[in-house]
Amino acid sequence: MALILELAVQGAQMMLVLLLAPLLTGFVRKVKARLQRRRGPSLIQPYRDLLRLMRKEVVLADTASWLFRVIPYLIFAATWVAAALIPTFATGLTFSWTADLIAIVALLGSARFFLALAGMDVGTSFGGIGASREVMIASLAEPAMLLIVFSLALVAGATQLSTVAAVMGSPELGLRVSLGMSLIALVMVALAENARIPVDNPSTHLELTMVHEAMVLEYSGRHLAMIEFAAFLKLLLYVSLISCVFIPWGLVTARSGPGAYALGVAVYIGKLAVAGILLAVFETAIAKMRVFRVPDFLGAALMLALLGTLLLFVSRSL
Amino acid sequence: MSKRKMPALIDLIEAGRPVEHHAPWRRAMVAPKTWNLAVEQLAEGRWSMLGLWGEPEIVHMALLDAADIGVISLKCPGGRYPSVGQLHPPALRLERTAADLFGLSPQGLPDTRRWLDHGQWGISYPLAAGASAARSQAPTTASAYRFLPAEGDGLHQIPVGPVHAGIIEPGHFRFTASGETVVRLEERLGYVHKGIEGLMAGSPVERAARLAGRTSGDSTVAYSLAFARAVEAALGVEAPPRAVWLRALMAELERLANHLGDIGAICNDAAFALMHAHCGVLRERVLRAGDAAFGHRLMRDRIVPGGVASDLGEAGMAAVLSAITEIRQRFPYLVELYDNTASLQDRTVATGRLKPELARQYAAGGYVGRASGRDFDARRSPGYPPYDELAFDVPVLQEGDVNARVWIRIREVEQSLSLVEQILERLPDGPISVGIPEPPREGMALDGMALVEGFRGDILAWLRIGAGGLVERCHLRDPSWFQWPLLEAAIEGNIVADFPLCNKSFNCSYSGHDL
Repeated sequence: MALILELAVQGAQMMLVLLLAPLLTGFVRKVKARLQRRRGPSLIQPYRDLLRLMRKEVVLADTASWLFRVIPYLIFAATWVAAALIPTFATGLTFSWTADLIAIVALLGSARFFLALAGMDVGTSFGGIGASREVMIASLAEPAMLLIVFSLALVAGATQLSTVAAVMGSPELGLRVSLGMSLIALVMVALAENARIPVDNPSTHLELTMVHEAMVLEYSGRHLAMIEFAAFLKLLLYVSLISCVFIPWGLVTARSGPGAYALGVAVYIGKLAVAGILLAVFETAIAKMRVFRVPDFLGAALMLALLGTLLLFVSRSL
Repeated sequence: MSKRKMPALIDLIEAGRPVEHHAPWRRAMVAPKTWNLAVEQLAEGRWSMLGLWGEPEIVHMALLDAADIGVISLKCPGGRYPSVGQLHPPALRLERTAADLFGLSPQGLPDTRRWLDHGQWGISYPLAAGASAARSQAPTTASAYRFLPAEGDGLHQIPVGPVHAGIIEPGHFRFTASGETVVRLEERLGYVHKGIEGLMAGSPVERAARLAGRTSGDSTVAYSLAFARAVEAALGVEAPPRAVWLRALMAELERLANHLGDIGAICNDAAFALMHAHCGVLRERVLRAGDAAFGHRLMRDRIVPGGVASDLGEAGMAAVLSAITEIRQRFPYLVELYDNTASLQDRTVATGRLKPELARQYAAGGYVGRASGRDFDARRSPGYPPYDELAFDVPVLQEGDVNARVWIRIREVEQSLSLVEQILERLPDGPISVGIPEPPREGMALDGMALVEGFRGDILAWLRIGAGGLVERCHLRDPSWFQWPLLEAAIEGNIVADFPLCNKSFNCSYSGHDL
């Protein structure tokens, strides 16, 4: 009975990310619209878009291979699993032993690899441009991400997220410069990974400036729905990751009863809302950077993460 | 050659056979030798070309020498004439167009590909004298367009358009890039050819005026004004003072609306949507003021030959004044926002630089020319009323980058605000239109011409009114003719991802160009 309950809670967590992901994107869009003095689409518009795309016919290029048709599902699955692994409202759930930071990085990395493949599969020039830009960004974002993981692992003594969250939330940790650097680096990586301003513009129609959108330009119907859904999930994933690692307060531990769970979910949604507002304000206040500036931006993230790790080493060996 | 005294445009015109009834500037039929002399002056950069257009068996060229304007015309026996474009590249596309429409073949033109004619019209040379004969011929077939080659290791081509992802007009851009860096951009236009010049031929002045107002939707006031002024010049009538001032009011409102829209749109292409939203609000205020004052948001068909179609009432005046007051209050904050957003400046400064030499060679009008040091504004020189009685500055910058083109627009918004205020203050009373006089006698033709400053630059209108008051031939030259080629030059060496930003800062017209 206890096991069934635990599985149910784990299942609830997996469904929760699926349900909340489009809402988070819708919320960010809404806040951005309000900041621009527009009314903006309704909060549930992303759900409607997904439904509409699911119902639509798929138009495939003549040159598309089987890979092109399979990849959307692969990307969706990998991103969903990665998003569901992260403790959102509770730590120590049944499958929390799988919630390893390196596993999450690997899952996202393979999703990106397949997306870049799909971009080039059809053979249009935009797919190629998008894929080459995406890989350029990834080649800097992934090492930065791994260095952040190392810093966290050095502090917490584990890469398992429940443990990391527990250590980070404990009062004896205190303020650490290296963790501050990791936080900034992680935010920068998150912006790049989610194709947000200033690295990419998620709402542009200019095919020549796109990165993520250029790769998925040839997708339609349910394939596009899968890719869009994966993008929603990825945003949620990074917000959850940042809040789980750096602001772990409000996370409940497993087996603490429905009341505590409900409180945990409420706190989690609150964190999402704050992150969404911050993202929208940031994106409104800044222009997109030149494509060739992106390496500088991510290079800074990489350096910060590296400095964080080095500082930890130095402070330990003394 | 260099020892000889440089000829002035006036000498050239006098060397030819002056054409009667051509107003306000002179036109002369010239010999091929004189024509070539003019081409030489153009190639050496002493004069600027304002336009080149055809008629069956005749080719015309409008020239600007300092402040003097003149037209030289050359008979083309067998449709041949010495090419201008071989020595003066700005004429290339105009000559290709004259070849497409009239079958005039420029001798020595290096580029003989079709330009507006994509082989989809079903007829060739639609405006040539024997057009009816050509019509019965088998339709021309669309053949593959040969883009200029660019060879080298690792170069790849990116075809963009003619249908774009956004809601914009159609045009094809062929990039040759080395990685992200643009090596060559070649445009292909003509997708929105509407045959306006063909439709105008033989139509009454009223209908032709409506057609002129539909050449390029965002410049409908400027086009109507250019056409009306050309008609008035041909027929020797003058619009009453109140109409002249109301026309200037509409033209400035149009300039305001378009510049505000452009400033926002340029920032939006750098993903800075905040500017776009705020500028959009201000642009909407202007459009609504136009609607309240003249009964149409874009003020289309409000300028007619002989005057204006609707008068400005008390309510309209108040609407314009309140819009102007609001923009005066809010615009400075937006300028500050633009100037203080480092991430935005990083995108616009030094991007898409257009060299002043090129701007001068192509006689680029509007913000494109003025951002690259070409100090020209048709409102000031040759000038037309009521601007001679109004105080305004023409901003000029030397940098020639996207940022400079934004700043020219910002300064022009400020000038237009002041102009609108001056006009409202001093608007004279009186009638708003005069009747168009009787059509010319049988066998007599009256030529008229006008140069009007639209928001993009100078619009040239040239027309001939023949028997029965019908328009025999009308040519409208959009400023974009001399700006599109410069976009190709400005993007070179920039990165592919910066093209939308450069393109928006030029904001050339597809419709006005394709005509």
